[in-house]
Amino acid sequence: MYRYIVNRVLMMIPVIIGVTFLIFFMMDLAPGDATDVVAMEYSEEALQQLREDLHLDEPLLVRYFIYMKDLLRGDLGYSYMSQVHVWDLYVQRFPYTLVLAVSSVLLGVVLSIPLGILAAKKNGSLTDNACTVAAMFGLSVPNFWFGLLLILLFSKILGWFPSYGADEGWKSLVLPAITVGIDTMAALVRTTRSSMLDVLRADYLRTARAKGVDERVVINKHGLRNALIPIITVFGGQLGGAFGGAVITENVFTWPGLGQSLVAGIKARDTTLVCGFIIMFVIMISVTQLLVDLAYAFVDPRIKSQYASGKTKKRAQKGGVQA
Amino acid sequence: MKKGNSAIDPAQVRRRSQLAEIWRNFRKNKGAMIGLILIIIIITIGATVSFWIDYDKIVAMNIRERLQPPSAEHWFGTDEMGRDLFWRVLYGTRYSIAVGFVAVMVSLAIGIPVGAVAGYFGGKIENLIMRGADIFAAVPGVLMAMVIVAILGANVFNLMLAIGIAAVPGFIRTTRAAVLTVKNEEYIEAIRALGKSEPYIIARHVLPNCLSPIIVRVTLRIAGAIISASSLSFLGLGIEAPLPEWGALLNGGNKFVMTHPYLTIFPGLAIMITVLAFNLVGDGLRDAMDPKLKR
Repeated sequence: MYRYIVNRVLMMIPVIIGVTFLIFFMMDLAPGDATDVVAMEYSEEALQQLREDLHLDEPLLVRYFIYMKDLLRGDLGYSYMSQVHVWDLYVQRFPYTLVLAVSSVLLGVVLSIPLGILAAKKNGSLTDNACTVAAMFGLSVPNFWFGLLLILLFSKILGWFPSYGADEGWKSLVLPAITVGIDTMAALVRTTRSSMLDVLRADYLRTARAKGVDERVVINKHGLRNALIPIITVFGGQLGGAFGGAVITENVFTWPGLGQSLVAGIKARDTTLVCGFIIMFVIMISVTQLLVDLAYAFVDPRIKSQYASGKTKKRAQKGGVQA
Repeated sequence: MKKGNSAIDPAQVRRRSQLAEIWRNFRKNKGAMIGLILIIIIITIGATVSFWIDYDKIVAMNIRERLQPPSAEHWFGTDEMGRDLFWRVLYGTRYSIAVGFVAVMVSLAIGIPVGAVAGYFGGKIENLIMRGADIFAAVPGVLMAMVIVAILGANVFNLMLAIGIAAVPGFIRTTRAAVLTVKNEEYIEAIRALGKSEPYIIARHVLPNCLSPIIVRVTLRIAGAIISASSLSFLGLGIEAPLPEWGALLNGGNKFVMTHPYLTIFPGLAIMITVLAFNLVGDGLRDAMDPKLKR
């Protein structure tokens, strides 16, 4: 098990290095550089000096190494749009995005897994059809528009929740979280339903019922545990997607997270900020992906056994148990 | 794919009946048929709208009739420039359909050859390509599209390109997985024994047998591309007013969401119906093409 965790952490490193280089390289292709903003006010010599200070006269690879070295020290450069260190801006805004993304995914899990199970249990019924149709709409609705509709209903007409900002605690979080979570909900209802349908037909479930096991135990222990793998796969994808979705939704609700300043940064061509934020986004997503992959191993003994220590593995193979 | 002149490909002999089989399964799916009809209507509107609506009428301002609620004269009301929202939404179909299709074409043009090479040749090339795809896919599609638009500048063409490029890793993976299952089939072995060149075998015999997962992915991706395009335009990073793209219309309506909600409701409804249609057809195709999934 430890070997698996170590393996997965090691596999993450080349991906992060690759992505940071890709983003760094792509941002380098954008016309102009960070000195453009002050070009009017500075003399030619001062501009040259500034370029040297920012290492802009070095080749791409050298600049990348300098950037990564600084990154490891928590220095992402200086955002010329807001005149502060990108790292400080990140630390200040990150909690908001994290809270939004995590609560939306949790909301999705809490609501959709029971619904998916219910739909599978009553396959073909009105409940099942309603769940399937609702999930289809959930998948097709553009997030930001759904957010606007929620504002119309819950802020304007009913007045239950604020339509912008994060000043009213959990009340401010409700609408953005539902908006980001709608994707997760729809995807998880569909996956849970089809995965449970597969499992419900399995022989071992019939056996369990024949033994006289309580129906609730049949569904929750024998059924759900076996249906979990595809659900976790989708869940992992959704976590990454939730961070992306948060970027857009934050702009609808003026939620003070990373997405809002990222979009502002893109518009203002604030390369340092965009580069830094995207790199941090990717690291965040890689880490959550790692956690999801570890969850697999806990849920599925077949995967766990693949990474068991050499001794147990051999014993298992001798005994004829195939991974 | 050209028909007829290859007598030795068993896949082609089978194809006609397979197609009929898929259509029979597809037709039974009510949702998918509704989606198909919607797509036909939407594409017809998108393809012909510029012939029967004058673009000048779409952008001409009429301040006296600004911000009017929906009425018999203006079905969806008018915006802050007094432009009729119904006609603007209708005209916007053009942009969304174009962005959806072109973006997916871009992904296909890169994803299929690269994925096929990875799957067919395997070994080091495959490893290199797939690790590259992993790296690219580590950035969420919307963010990747944002970065590309930021670099290239925001306009219709760059938006298509950005959304298309951002979806490439998915197509590489799908194509590779499909090629892997086909490349060791006996009929491919037989054609190889005939001494045909590798590119010919891939293009004529391997890829045509990998079509089903790719077609499903294309349909679902068009839906995704339309959402991405409207999201970026909504944020002001894509197509901008006065072009009546749906996301841009929502960007304009956003300011009036509390006072004139119809400016927000109708363009969004158009996006949702279009995306829903493609999702329904994509789902229907997946079920129709995979007999195991029937339920």
